[in-house]
Amino acid sequence: MQLFPCPFCGPREESEFHYGGEAGNLRPDGSEVTAERWAGYLHMRDNPKGPTREIWVHLTCGEFFAMSRDSVNHKVSGSSVLGEAEHGA
Amino acid sequence: MTRQYSALSLFKEGIAGQTGWEKAWRSPDPKPRYDAIIIGGGGHGLATAYYLAKNHGVTNVALLEKGWIGGGNTGRNTTVVRSNYFYPESAAIYGLAHSLYKSLSTDLNYNVMFSARGILTLAHSESAMETAARSVNAIQVNGIDCELFSVEDVRRVVPIYNFSPGTRFPVYGGTWQPSGGTARHDAVAWGYARAASRLGVDIIQNCEISDFIIEDGRCRGIVTSRGAIRAERTGMAVAGHSSVLAAKAGFRLPVNSYALQACVSEPVKPIIDTVVISPDTGVYVSQSDKGELVIGGALDRIPSYGQRGNLPVLEGVIAGMLEMYPIFGQLKMMRQWAGIVDVVPDSSPIIGESPLPGLFLNCGWGTGGFKAIPAGGTLLAHLLATGRHHDISRPFDLDRFARGRLVDEAAGSGIAH
Ligand SMILES: [Zn+2]
Repeated sequence: MQLFPCPFCGPREESEFHYGGEAGNLRPDGSEVTAERWAGYLHMRDNPKGPTREIWVHLTCGEFFAMSRDSVNHKVSGSSVLGEAEHGA
Repeated sequence: MTRQYSALSLFKEGIAGQTGWEKAWRSPDPKPRYDAIIIGGGGHGLATAYYLAKNHGVTNVALLEKGWIGGGNTGRNTTVVRSNYFYPESAAIYGLAHSLYKSLSTDLNYNVMFSARGILTLAHSESAMETAARSVNAIQVNGIDCELFSVEDVRRVVPIYNFSPGTRFPVYGGTWQPSGGTARHDAVAWGYARAASRLGVDIIQNCEISDFIIEDGRCRGIVTSRGAIRAERTGMAVAGHSSVLAAKAGFRLPVNSYALQACVSEPVKPIIDTVVISPDTGVYVSQSDKGELVIGGALDRIPSYGQRGNLPVLEGVIAGMLEMYPIFGQLKMMRQWAGIVDVVPDSSPIIGESPLPGLFLNCGWGTGGFKAIPAGGTLLAHLLATGRHHDISRPFDLDRFARGRLVDEAAGSGIAH
């Protein structure tokens, strides 16, 4: 069982967490958003092999946060509370 | 040299000390230019090569594989072949694959050991039975053989199931596709490779793509670890790495990569003669011809390119299996592994020209790519030969995500991916 670091609760078992998407995938704003842009936001992904920064939720405490991870060897390099980069301005 | 496999050639070679067998496929050096390039030496790529040559007469083709053929998901899956899908578009594509599988051994002159042993999908609650009845209706309307099973039917087909009162996963019935079954995964790869090679396709292993050659906004070939290779049309069938290649070509795909685990037990005498799937526990079981129980589970819910898998899912699979089949309690597990699968939001494949003209896609099969190999090959070959969609592949174009016309099999047939 791998341990993931919740910024609020500390290291907890991976099964307490749920993946929430790639960090920085911001919802398009405004009334003139093309179908392609919506498709990009809803469906298209970078899906990187190697270092990646993702949004996760710790189901136990209910908090969302950002986690930096390697998608090949699964090593976690850190986690942090959500900042502007993840929320948008 | 003996080329054709038959009882007579086997007998002759037996007498001659097995000295006359020709190599199953050639291993030529890559030429600088081809009519078409196929990236990926798994089942889908190899089938594409074969059907390009056989159906379209395009034989000046290079198939490039970064490792060895069949070493990715083709050699890692649990070999189930079925076509019991909800939407007509899906029934058409998986039905095409299923019908080609039935005659594949004869077609390729290679025994792929397709065994129509039937596929049972269990229903563990009253509401699951209602859904099963709805599925069976839709599948029958699609022209696919499928029946609704009662508890008695399940008992007849899988007598070793745990039917005791108070079990965590009681059986209310299920759906049954009698023509579904299994095929030998390695043989599918090797059979297509041999047949394609005999028709003139160059199969080049240990050849990794480092970049695409892009001129005037078109894909004109690729740069590989063995030099540049040019072609006006390139197809990619690289499940598990689709996003990585797409990034090199300058576009993104609606794909998330996840690990899908499987494991096998020590070989035992025949105990289960069908494929049993339990959507609620995510566990499916069949028995190989060697006697090993082949056990698969649901996806790891952690995006991953590591071909190992994490413990919680494996633990859930084994726990579910033991509750459903207490008789397996003393079995020793021999091997566990994972393959990296392309998971797409609507659980349907992506087939068609990519945003980079001249580059064509066959990806996004999720956890079910093996069963679709003959269809994926036929359809990508059609695209590479004609530049246009086959009627069956049209609904699966990448443009469906911007048009909102998804083929949502996760909602339709309740498949796990
Ligand atoms: Zn927490």
